[in-house]
Amino acid sequence: MRTGGTAYNARTDTSRPVIRLVSVTKTYGTGDATVHALRGISLDVVTRDYVAIMGASGSGKSTLMNIIGCLDIPSSGHFFIDGIDSAVLDEGQLALVRNRKIGFVFQSFNLIPRMTALENVSLPLSYAGVKSAERRRRAEAALALVGLRDRMRHQPSQLSGGQQQRAAVARALVTTPSLILADEPTGNLDTVASRDLMNVFDQLNAAGRTIILITHEQDVAAHAKRVIHVLDGTIVADERRVGPDDLPPQLRRPAVRS
Amino acid sequence: MNPGQVLRFALAGLASNKLRSALTCLGILIGVGSVILLVAVGNGSSKAIQASLNSLGTNSLTVLHEGAGSFFAAGASSGAQSTQDLTLADAQDLSQASGVESASPVVSTSETLTYGGTSATTTVDGTYPSYFQASDSPIASGRYLSNSDVVSARKVLVLGATTATDLFGTASPVGQSVDVAGVPFTVIGVLQTKGSSGLGSADSTAIAPLTTVQESLTGYGSLNDIIVEAQTPALVDAVESEITAILDKAEDVTSSSQANFEVLNQSQLLTTATSTSHTFTVLLGAVAAISLLVGGIGITNIMLVTVTERTREIGIRKAIGAPPGVILAQFLAEATLLSLIGGALGVIGGLVGTRFTIVGVKPVAVPASIALAFGVSLLIGLFFGGYPANRAANMRPVEALRYE
Repeated sequence: MRTGGTAYNARTDTSRPVIRLVSVTKTYGTGDATVHALRGISLDVVTRDYVAIMGASGSGKSTLMNIIGCLDIPSSGHFFIDGIDSAVLDEGQLALVRNRKIGFVFQSFNLIPRMTALENVSLPLSYAGVKSAERRRRAEAALALVGLRDRMRHQPSQLSGGQQQRAAVARALVTTPSLILADEPTGNLDTVASRDLMNVFDQLNAAGRTIILITHEQDVAAHAKRVIHVLDGTIVADERRVGPDDLPPQLRRPAVRS
Repeated sequence: MNPGQVLRFALAGLASNKLRSALTCLGILIGVGSVILLVAVGNGSSKAIQASLNSLGTNSLTVLHEGAGSFFAAGASSGAQSTQDLTLADAQDLSQASGVESASPVVSTSETLTYGGTSATTTVDGTYPSYFQASDSPIASGRYLSNSDVVSARKVLVLGATTATDLFGTASPVGQSVDVAGVPFTVIGVLQTKGSSGLGSADSTAIAPLTTVQESLTGYGSLNDIIVEAQTPALVDAVESEITAILDKAEDVTSSSQANFEVLNQSQLLTTATSTSHTFTVLLGAVAAISLLVGGIGITNIMLVTVTERTREIGIRKAIGAPPGVILAQFLAEATLLSLIGGALGVIGGLVGTRFTIVGVKPVAVPASIALAFGVSLLIGLFFGGYPANRAANMRPVEALRYE
């Protein structure tokens, strides 16, 4: 996956958006207590893009991430993932979309305790109904991809923070989702582990995965091809740094450190 | 997501807190075990009562003299003033009646029996040889009373099993001489053990010829009771009304309130005792069922704690694509496994418990109670696990993930 040619090969269907938000709003509470978390956001993210969504806490970026992750539905407007409108889906169908279309990476890793790394990574495949042998093969491949081949039998408590987060990345990509959605993935990691993790994301994007990062760190956003700033529930800046089909910025300029 | 995997997730969930799972199982174990055991105890005691009543002879009737101290007769005809006694003539009349095999007059007295330095106080019944068959009292060693014993008023004695052991220990009493109220009697036989009827031991007795008892011990007064044996069990009811008719006529009684005798029917006693012990069984079963219910509530309680404790895990599972149905199935399977394991161990525990004698009762397991208790424990898992599992399934993933 370290070959730059992978990105080059996939120049074809960038026009089709993986996700599309049309005038999405989200409000909590009623009357005087109403909180407008999102005030009308429209956004397209195309295949192979690498997007960082930035904003201070309270800017609405977590709400945006919940809607993009199909964990929540908009109060008004529409959210499409691979052309499917999340508003028409029931809880079971939303679960299916989360399973097939989205891979989550959380700030706090969110591995299930008392299950080994391999079992954790296999879990989304279990819910997808993949057979045992196939599950194992794919989970092992995903763990190898993030460099945890020799830590597969360890439980989360026996792994370092960086290793846990890489296991979580393996879990996110094992179902080959349309989108990897990472919420402050380096928030609980030290500098070295953060750099390792961002390198994993860069490689995944170079290999053709669409990634959306939610972050408030400039260093992390520097890895993305497109940086979107959110403030008070609206998009205030949308900066394209590198074309969606190009290599991620940090791989184009090997001398620059994250 | 196949059922095997749901089951594996459920087992992993239970294994994550073994002590808690074990204690919850224990609640169901005790519930199921006590249902099986207590119903078995009730059933066993009812079987024991039936057996001992059967040992009294089911086709015999006892005619008691009113005021002779029968506690069965209490309140039956309290207004009777006439003190017409039961006499040998009455017994003679009854033995002539149709359908009657025999009528054995009985005089009873409580006496102290002495052999060597040992003494025992017991009931001495003076009667006819037909008494043994009518009261279903077979002999273990020696011989029965004979008609010539009665006619000659011989001082001979047949001992009940308990009386024999009290006086002689393991030695054979037959042929030995026993003093009854200072009068020497020769022991000619010992009865087989009959067991307790719950109304005093039927084995603590001694039987002598009627004539001898009247001559030496009680004097020639009235009879205490007459044991009437019907020819077949089917005739018992007919014989009973015949006895009433004959005695009413003999004693010139015109209404039942004036009757000064009481006819006791063993089959009536049996019915009463059976329904009493049935009530007893139901009561025990109900107490046990309550403990099963408490065990079930324990499951709800523990599953609610588990679901709350694992809110975050539920959130993660939902985020990576677990549909509500699978979450529901996982927690329902956990609850049902708890109750099934508890139920299975309870069945084993209950059955082991029925091997022992409990408060003098040999429990007899009722297969239906085993099936019922086990089935109910399964339903309890589904029912009491349903609420917590449903709560888990309907959790909103965003909130579940935020839970600390």
